[in-house]
Amino acid sequence: MDDLDRRIINLLQGGMAVSERPYAEAAGRLGIDEQTLIDRIGSLLERGLLSRFGPLYQAERLGGAFSLVAMQVPGEEVERVAEIVNGFDEVAHNYLRDHRFNIWYVLAVDDPAEIARVNAEIERRTGHRTYDMPKLEEFYVGLRLAV
Amino acid sequence: MWDSALRYDGPMTDAASDTSDAPPRLDALDRAIVLATQGGLPLDPRPWERVAEQVGVDAAEVMERVRRMLENGCIRRIGAVPNHYALGYRANGMTVWDVPDERVRELGGKVGRLPFVSHCYHRPRHLPEWPYNLFAMVHARTRDEALRLVEEIARLLGDADRGHQVLFSTRILKKSGLRFRDRDRDGRA
Repeated sequence: MDDLDRRIINLLQGGMAVSERPYAEAAGRLGIDEQTLIDRIGSLLERGLLSRFGPLYQAERLGGAFSLVAMQVPGEEVERVAEIVNGFDEVAHNYLRDHRFNIWYVLAVDDPAEIARVNAEIERRTGHRTYDMPKLEEFYVGLRLAV
Repeated sequence: MWDSALRYDGPMTDAASDTSDAPPRLDALDRAIVLATQGGLPLDPRPWERVAEQVGVDAAEVMERVRRMLENGCIRRIGAVPNHYALGYRANGMTVWDVPDERVRELGGKVGRLPFVSHCYHRPRHLPEWPYNLFAMVHARTRDEALRLVEEIARLLGDADRGHQVLFSTRILKKSGLRFRDRDRDGRA
């Protein structure tokens, strides 16, 4: 990653205008030409330095429901429980964390009632309680990494 | 949601943080635009024209719809989501705080404005095991650096911090990303 890559990431984290030639406008601010910017974004995506480029949707507002759910699982059972949890399509991701509450997964469902149903099914199949922690209020979602 | 949900820290924040309002209604064209762009914006000099071709309307109509979805919070922003892990931010801590419920909005707003906090939410406690009601994700290159950031949050909260912990992620067990389905095609309302 060179200096131009860094400048591109830092600028485009803040968002791009909706216009006919958005890349040309952003490229102008960086002092490069449009095609160079397009090629660089493609390369950053290919190399995995950007995980996404484009409209970032706020999923709740498109319909559907989400929740963060925690479990406390003894270390020797983590693999078994993770396999069961991960087997649900509704589980969008699942992280292991270094805490007594060690399994943290996110449910993404079409119908809000599905959250309770999936958690109940996970409890039944794993034998461990689930702690549903849906967001009650969002204060900020965004990050400006200085790269 | 963690990675797909990063948002521009600009004027949209206030509108989008108001979760009490009903979600805006999206029509079939809006949904077609969402589906056409969820993999990303075309890397083409005229990206909205490419989207317009896919959904069968003209580019002006697509841009109008996208601007409206930006205004009503369906789209957070059009931009880049850095892979913080690939960029060297390997200490990703979920900080959790027990703060008085009547102050959670005020304090959440303050914590959320810290430059190193990527997500900040009010979530329910599960007493007695889980007393924490304010969650803030911090990202740093090392655990020591992350712990310094946690101390910074603690100083900001002062007496309102009745207890906190940091949970570092040690392994990604699953990461499939979010995909919106075409509900019309699925036969669902």
